[in-house]
Amino acid sequence: MSELENRNPDPLTKNVVFLTAVDDIINATRANSVWPLTFGLACCAIEMMATGAAKYDIDRFGSGPFRGTPRQSDLMIVAGTVTHKMAPRVKRLYDQMPEPKYVIAMGGCVIRGGPYVKHGYHVVKGVDLLVPVDVYIPGCPPRPEALLEGLFKVQKLMKREKILDRTRRTTKPEVYHAVYPGLILRNAEDGIWANHWGSQGEAARGVGGGGHRWRGPVCGRQGRGVGRRGRALPR
Amino acid sequence: MVVKAEAWAAVAGLCRDDSRLGFDLLSCITGVDYPEREDGAEIEVIYNLDSIANHHELTVKVKLPRDDPRIASVEEIWRTADWHERETYDLLGVVFEGHHNLVRILCAEDWVGHPLRKDYEPPDSFHGIKNVIY
Amino acid sequence: MTEAKIRTEEMLLNMGPQHPSTHGVFRVVVRTDGELVLESESHIGYLHRCFEKCAEGNNYLQVVPYTDRMDYLCAMMNNWGYAVAVEKLAGIEVPERAEYIRVMVAELNRVASHLLAFGTYGLDIGAITPFLYAFRDRERILKIFEKLCGQRLNYSYVRIGGVTFDMTEEILADIEAFCDYFDPKIIDEYDNLLSYNGIFISRTANVGVMPADLAISYGVTGPSLRGSGVQRDLRRDAPYGIYDRLEFDVPVGTGEMGQLGDCWDRYMVRMREMRQSIRLVRQVLRDIPEGPFCDKKAYRAVKPKAGETYKRVEGARGEVGFYIVSDGTNIPYRVKARAPSFSNISILDKLTSLSDVMVADLVAIIGSLDIVLGEVDR
Repeated sequence: MSELENRNPDPLTKNVVFLTAVDDIINATRANSVWPLTFGLACCAIEMMATGAAKYDIDRFGSGPFRGTPRQSDLMIVAGTVTHKMAPRVKRLYDQMPEPKYVIAMGGCVIRGGPYVKHGYHVVKGVDLLVPVDVYIPGCPPRPEALLEGLFKVQKLMKREKILDRTRRTTKPEVYHAVYPGLILRNAEDGIWANHWGSQGEAARGVGGGGHRWRGPVCGRQGRGVGRRGRALPR
Repeated sequence: MVVKAEAWAAVAGLCRDDSRLGFDLLSCITGVDYPEREDGAEIEVIYNLDSIANHHELTVKVKLPRDDPRIASVEEIWRTADWHERETYDLLGVVFEGHHNLVRILCAEDWVGHPLRKDYEPPDSFHGIKNVIY
Repeated sequence: MTEAKIRTEEMLLNMGPQHPSTHGVFRVVVRTDGELVLESESHIGYLHRCFEKCAEGNNYLQVVPYTDRMDYLCAMMNNWGYAVAVEKLAGIEVPERAEYIRVMVAELNRVASHLLAFGTYGLDIGAITPFLYAFRDRERILKIFEKLCGQRLNYSYVRIGGVTFDMTEEILADIEAFCDYFDPKIIDEYDNLLSYNGIFISRTANVGVMPADLAISYGVTGPSLRGSGVQRDLRRDAPYGIYDRLEFDVPVGTGEMGQLGDCWDRYMVRMREMRQSIRLVRQVLRDIPEGPFCDKKAYRAVKPKAGETYKRVEGARGEVGFYIVSDGTNIPYRVKARAPSFSNISILDKLTSLSDVMVADLVAIIGSLDIVLGEVDR
């Protein structure tokens, strides 16, 4: 609670009455009890387990209970390679999670296909082709410390939520056109999910499925996060 | 040891049941694609057998024509052949005759092509997901 | 309402691919009658990462990191299996010291892998505490490996012709300290915590009984096969490396808590193997010679003559085999991996049809087979 700011202007009652915004208090509670979805796919899942176990102990940072069901969780840690056979399941699990929801892409395979990028015919080259990703954690596999760092980034994102601001759900996301030469950009207008997996895909509503964000140098640096609309996080 | 495809079922039964051979463990089935052999394109199917009691190993090789590779299934002789044969079918397109459920095992059910053939080209996109190569 | 009026029907239940107790992305479709599993059908391939295709596109040295990612819990043994096969193909001699180092890291990795199997098996059954204890000790091994090669999971340490880095005195001292620390823990803590716990025994004994002949027919190897009482260990039956110079026992299932070959036997074989691994590491620590740690030529490039070979080593889950076809270039023509988990898990459908199995027992059986999906699907 120490991060909350006392907005009480009255010097007389400042030490007695604590005034703050509803947003702040909701965000603080939300960010300090992150429930991740148990979504171990491959090697990174072992490091995810290690993060939850004795030495690294993710509970210290308010993110203990790994849930087995998407309906009870608000953070999806995609840990391990996503294959074409698994892709519809990943998408469905994401759709089943209640808003507000966040996604961490953990490990090289999830970011861009990792070592399987060239010859891996069956590997999806980046989970952000399927679901919007908030934080990328590079590594093969990333160390537990890196996952914790990624979690902190997600907590920072959570603290920026506004409960009255519905823009995130209704406005069309910014599409980054080819201002960064050499980067591959995902087109917002394909609506691929709407065609293939029914209209529950968010791309159909123009809300961010299919990954409309610029996905550039975030991959290169350890634990540097990018916000939902591609803004770099405040440091 | 190289065996003709027609004889393989009989040889396999002998390998397991003969007490001097006693190959009770089918360790591995490998398929290898040779599109440019001198005497016609071939697919080799290699069986690695092992005997737990007698401590010896055997490698059996069966050569099949590449355009129509068919071989008898040994699923009834070694149960483990069930999945190994499905894998070989999935990745190389070898048809095992007599297999009770010869469907894809590793790739998605509606995958096209057999990836470990040398002339295989991965699809540009699968169900709308682009296969980008960076 | 009388009992006869209650209508019952069979139900199809889909377990996985995202399920906390399938150890990854394994999917089982079960036909249930109430709590009883009548039939099950396994589906794999959700983690098919095209190892064999990747191996055909990289040279011999570059394939080593892909073998790590097959069985990421005992990467050393996968590296070793691949290295042994290529060394046989290319006729590379491995220095004496490298052979000793290989045994040491492989056995430590076996302990780490069995520790994780022990911890997650507890989780599957419903005991959360052993998991935390197992990871506490596993972290010690990972720390040693990290000092040695800089990675915690996918080491790529055992390479063709030897190992990547030399073992320093400091790491040897660490390993010795670990052996002293860990040896008494197995009996004092783990056996007390889980092995002889009454609830654990009633959940695992007489469940998923696997007859030996059936297991062999399904190609089951490693601790799962030894749990059925078969004395089969490649380290002793077809020694590779320097295993023929070392003393160790091959623990097998005894059926002391129930029938021979049940889940408890398979579990207990792993616990007993850990003790043997520590014994092996101590012998290596005592005997390790000085000398080079890698063949200098093979360290840079490998180019075997045309030919093919099949070699196996005993991994933590069973026999890790590699069939390699070379066409004389520095890129393998075909690499086929024989993954133990692939064969081990294929018996699951048979086990559920052999006897009356509850849904909760299905979880116990999957856990006792100790699969790694990276290896099942490759």
